[in-house]
Amino acid sequence: MQYVSTANKDFLDEVIADRSLTFAEKILSIKRCDEFGKIASTDEIIVAKVDLAMAHDGTAPLAIKVLKELGIKKVWDNDKIILHIDHTYPASSEQIADFHSIMRKFAIEQRCRIQEGNICHQYMLEHFVVPGMLIVGADSHTTTQGSLGTFATGVGSTEIAAIFASGKIWLKVPESIKIIFDGKLPKGVFAKDLILYMMSKISCEGANYKAIEFTGNIVKDFSISSRATLCNMSVEAGAKAGIVEMDEITKKYLISMGRKAMLRIHSGKEAEYIEIIKENVENMEPYVALPHNVDNVKAVGEVEGQPIDQAFLGSCTNGRFEDLEIAAKILNGKKVKDGVRLIITPASKLVYKTALKSGVIETLLKAGATITSSTCGACVGTHCGVLGSGEICISSSNRNFIGRMGSPKSKVYLASPATVVASAIKGVITDPRKYLG
Amino acid sequence: MEGRAWKFGDNINTDIIIPYKYKARTIDPKSLANHCMEGIDPKFSKKVRKGDFIVAGKNFGCGSSREQAPVAIKACGISAVIAESFARIFYRNAVNIGLPVIAHKGFLKIINEGDTIEVDLKKGVVKNLTKKKIIRVEKQPKFLEKMLQAGGLVEYYKKFRKFPW
Repeated sequence: MQYVSTANKDFLDEVIADRSLTFAEKILSIKRCDEFGKIASTDEIIVAKVDLAMAHDGTAPLAIKVLKELGIKKVWDNDKIILHIDHTYPASSEQIADFHSIMRKFAIEQRCRIQEGNICHQYMLEHFVVPGMLIVGADSHTTTQGSLGTFATGVGSTEIAAIFASGKIWLKVPESIKIIFDGKLPKGVFAKDLILYMMSKISCEGANYKAIEFTGNIVKDFSISSRATLCNMSVEAGAKAGIVEMDEITKKYLISMGRKAMLRIHSGKEAEYIEIIKENVENMEPYVALPHNVDNVKAVGEVEGQPIDQAFLGSCTNGRFEDLEIAAKILNGKKVKDGVRLIITPASKLVYKTALKSGVIETLLKAGATITSSTCGACVGTHCGVLGSGEICISSSNRNFIGRMGSPKSKVYLASPATVVASAIKGVITDPRKYLG
Repeated sequence: MEGRAWKFGDNINTDIIIPYKYKARTIDPKSLANHCMEGIDPKFSKKVRKGDFIVAGKNFGCGSSREQAPVAIKACGISAVIAESFARIFYRNAVNIGLPVIAHKGFLKIINEGDTIEVDLKKGVVKNLTKKKIIRVEKQPKFLEKMLQAGGLVEYYKKFRKFPW
């Protein structure tokens, strides 16, 4: 899969070398197709060519219906359209099975790509995303894919239908926020804790319509998985995109996954930001977002002892191998508390396979965890971990809204995988640092 | 457009507007409408009359990309949402399905639930008829205005055989 640029070589070189443009301005300048060779400046509305477009079983059935209503016989580029059956997979009801059938039929007719049983954003990272791309997905957490140096943003079903038809999107060039995490990461503190801390600092609308660039020595040392966690939750602050620029770690990951083509884009040294937030992480702690807002964040110590019914480890935020690995490290030789269920959902089949081969799955099973196939089910409250009335869950996912994981009378606390499994052992919300000697 | 105001606070998210479990089952607007705002006011869909308005605080529609959120609101009979600010995907979705969305910072303060409101999108004017107050609202970019006038993206495309951008 190649990145697409509508710009000619000279303009491309000029934009990439520019010292005053942000990442967002650079990438949208080279993707714009309303005026070729013109810089896309902040606040300007542009039309851009999309490199990859995706939808899933929560958004694709409606998009397919819209395409029919529009009378579109053929999609713009079948190679660049990816359908994912992941949100309720395998189907939990006849109605959902019918939606899945509609998607399979459409993919065959249009010869576009389709995959089943991997969480969409994880699958995109593993198989398709290349730095320098403009990616649009009919899912808010499409921002996850900015972790590989792309501009990736979410839209709804009608809009993705228009993109499937035309390959184009209108965008207002966003202002950018730079978040710098520096210092030395304390034991028991992970990317999830950093982003939860940041949520409490900037609030759930603090980055509305804006692009967030994550940098600093902590981010530069982070794996792609940890970077994905940061970019994933950017949208919880309202961001249009969350971005970690491509570097050697990105390159290594891509090569290990068999991808070569890439376009390295860096924001200019003199680029203007609406806000620059610099955080030294040395004093940070494990954090928990309390019901029912993602920015309702407290240090784990302040909620320790809160009883739980369910602990959930999974989702596009924190269902990757490194998340399962830390869970196994903590659970090794221990047992999940009686009366509490620990549900673990690997984000993809590749994650599952890696965890199986390395012995991680065995450790988790021995501790009493239930491992499900890859799906978004528990996080969106459709299956594989739905909460009943009055139940309380600690979850590694991204949203704790009323009714998100099931009953409107249930409650969800968000935390890192380490805090989730430490809490599963004790049956109450627990500081994971005591298990990380 | 004239109707009564239904007042909501800040950060009304898409799980409140329409929980995923309903949208996983159906894409039929009328079925979705029955569960609109269920997370915060289970009787909302029964109380609303055609033409009414939602007036809310900041960051309305935050959360998921589900277009079923504005679809459920529109199918309930709501003629427009007036909020201090909107989450970006909700805003795009609303325009795409032909639900007018009006951002204004001070309107919430001059309104009580049940007040009668009149909206004139062409003039960019919103009136609280009960309290006899008028506000002027910022106009949207032309192409979005045209799309709304046509009734949404699908209707626009059917009429002009092209996308508005």
